[in-house]
Amino acid sequence: MTEQSSPVPSKAHAPSPLDIPARTAAPKPARTGAVNAGGATAPPAGPAQSGPAQPGTAQSGTGQPAGARSHGAAAHAPVKVTGAQALVLALERVGVDVVFGIPGGAVLPAYDPLLDSKQIRHILVRHEQGAGHAATGYAQATGRTGVCMATSGPGATNLVTPLADAYMDSVPVVAITGQVATSLIGTDGFQEADISGITYPITKHNFLVTKPEDIARTIGEAFHLASTGRPGPGLVDSAKDAMQATTEFTWPVPFDLPGYHPVTRPHSRQVREAARMITEARRPVLYVGGGVIKADASSELRQLAELTGAPVVTTLMARGAFPDSHPLHLGMPGMHGTVAAVGALQRADLIVALGARFDDRVTGRLDSFAPDAAIVHADIDPAEISKNRRADVPIVGDCKEVITELINAVTTDHEHGLAGDYAEWWVTLDQWRTKYPLGYDEFEDGSLAPQYVIERIGKLAGPDAVYLAGVGQHQMWAAQFIDYEKPRTWINSGGAGTMGFAVPAAMGAKVGLPDAMVWAIDGDGCFQMTNQELATCAIEGIPVKIAIINNGNLGMVRQWQTLFYNQRYSNTNLGDRKTELRGTRVPDFVKLADAYGCIGLRCERKEDVDAVIEQAMAINDQPVVIDFIVHKDAMVWPMVAAGMGNDDIKHARDMAPEWEATD
Amino acid sequence: MTQQHTLSVLVENKPGVLVRIAGLFSRRGFNIESLAVGPTEHEEISRMTIVVNCEEHPLEQVTKQLNKLINVIKIVELEPAQAVQREFMLIKVRADADTRSKVLEAVGLFRAHVVDVALDAVTVEASGSRDKLEALVRILEPFGIKELVKSGAIAVGRGGRSITDRTLRPLERSIA
Repeated sequence: MTEQSSPVPSKAHAPSPLDIPARTAAPKPARTGAVNAGGATAPPAGPAQSGPAQPGTAQSGTGQPAGARSHGAAAHAPVKVTGAQALVLALERVGVDVVFGIPGGAVLPAYDPLLDSKQIRHILVRHEQGAGHAATGYAQATGRTGVCMATSGPGATNLVTPLADAYMDSVPVVAITGQVATSLIGTDGFQEADISGITYPITKHNFLVTKPEDIARTIGEAFHLASTGRPGPGLVDSAKDAMQATTEFTWPVPFDLPGYHPVTRPHSRQVREAARMITEARRPVLYVGGGVIKADASSELRQLAELTGAPVVTTLMARGAFPDSHPLHLGMPGMHGTVAAVGALQRADLIVALGARFDDRVTGRLDSFAPDAAIVHADIDPAEISKNRRADVPIVGDCKEVITELINAVTTDHEHGLAGDYAEWWVTLDQWRTKYPLGYDEFEDGSLAPQYVIERIGKLAGPDAVYLAGVGQHQMWAAQFIDYEKPRTWINSGGAGTMGFAVPAAMGAKVGLPDAMVWAIDGDGCFQMTNQELATCAIEGIPVKIAIINNGNLGMVRQWQTLFYNQRYSNTNLGDRKTELRGTRVPDFVKLADAYGCIGLRCERKEDVDAVIEQAMAINDQPVVIDFIVHKDAMVWPMVAAGMGNDDIKHARDMAPEWEATD
Repeated sequence: MTQQHTLSVLVENKPGVLVRIAGLFSRRGFNIESLAVGPTEHEEISRMTIVVNCEEHPLEQVTKQLNKLINVIKIVELEPAQAVQREFMLIKVRADADTRSKVLEAVGLFRAHVVDVALDAVTVEASGSRDKLEALVRILEPFGIKELVKSGAIAVGRGGRSITDRTLRPLERSIA
């Protein structure tokens, strides 16, 4: 799960070299001359761009991308710039085209040269959390590293949630924050917060930069770390005085990362062993996680599945890694997974985990998870292997390389007459699949079933649209009832479960993929956490479509209260308790959308659903918000109750599947 | 079974590294028995000796999680049989004219040294294995221990090979 497909922007995006310092330094003619002299030949390529293609860059210890030498000595001619200019230049050199952020006192120096960048579009958000999730949405949609920017103190601490979110879901994001001047650090200065200290546990790595000469290298390192190995967020905190001081800018920069050596190439003996287990298994399952999408390995996965004939389950983070329409696909495993996917893992004699991490939402009670299964666990992060479930065959490597080698090894086995026979297994799986398909009940009073709304959005918008979700019931329904055919078309907050993720992340996804139709499926609770970014979408021309599944409640929590807390609905009703209206009308989401310069629509009846979705799809120059008023008592099924084993899955309330059905 | 393990961790000598490591231990629910940090023969690198009490499986997790920290360069578990491990202790013992000679006798038996003498106390320095230091403390306890300071364990593998050798050579190139 590494090596982003292509963080390299086209050459056309490359900066006309160094025209930033040339322009901002205009009042100082002497320096301008030096800038132009160096800039004319500065190479546009940088380590972070070539980094993923050359994992050896950091390992070799020299940090010099091979290409750098060919540019000749002139390429290295240092240029006099401010630290802030070096920051913006470095961002350009690593290929950044969009930054989401808000300026403030300590980060002001960085915003000045940013104004002149022709390459970087800065999108002014309304809250730093929005900037962080937007960077995540951008990264998840494009595979490139997302960038957010904030000032010191509260600006930086507002990035904590999105960084934690990106960390849990291994998303390549780099946060740039301004810090108070070096002399003030540690004195409780105005708007001071120890943001690097605060974010140690929720970043892959972070940096506090206090010297102007360190800024460019640190940016290069931060992007390299974020996008290679197991991707993850990074933070670069730059002291204000370091950004104001003068330094020399050279590029590329040698990395100083002696402790960073991600392993991407799997051990071939382990791969052969895994292949042998696949061909010898009777009840195998390919357990596919988000790492397959991050490694851009969907087509390889499909080859492996078709070659072996083994069933595939895709986790919440991997929806879209394998086509939902494919006959080998059993759907999503886990707490709200399909009976077939959950049952397949439970009864498997071999689980081949590919870029998945045996999360508690997938395994249920660990000690009763897949009791008979041998485990092949492939992941780029060695620490994931055997963390929760002991692996019999550990494989450390990038999923694309692992799956490619698995295909080769299985093919070799097939040539030697060794092939798996899963016919009996498929009889069982097909029984489960036929008998317990995903489904939902409609309401007799004519009110809308939320699942129906989501299903129709999926059908009408189709497999080319990009879907995002917040967290809760609507998220699970969006994972269940939309058919995903392609990777990177399903983006959600999986590990952290961050309510409020959808609107800003959709904004980021749309910025990254301007030609894609982007739908945020959101809850009324989630939506109210970050909907201020509607202003950003309206003003910056980011026409996302937001479907609020408005049940007037914190629906998932309410579901748990219904099931496990004797229907005592403590603080889950978001609506006006005095009226009989369904959904919450405070605020009125249609008026809110209107106030934010978006189109607001409302839908309360089943017969209107298609028309309103089509109406929204016809609007491409403005953000659209649809308030779908749905019944509050819809529940997410199937469900494995928290703390239970997966064998105790219920496919509907008080309905347990019969595993050994017909024979 | 819970067992004591000694990890030698080479880290970059940069601000915040100790916090990252200590934070990782507490966050992942691992217990540090003792920790000692100091410079090495290479100024860019510090060496931490971390003693942990845990089972084999959590130890593997500790090592893997530590390895993920960008500032961690190398981790080696030092097996007790193949390593020399020492702790250092300063101990201030009540000792007046009547008891001083008995205290000094005990100190001598343990090949410890008196580093400070006052009218009513002596301060002793001692180094050695944990067992030896604990035995010394037991012997001195009846006299009255006024103050006790112990370092964490430090350890080095036996034999001519060095865990820094192979790590440092590429590092020098990258720093240069």
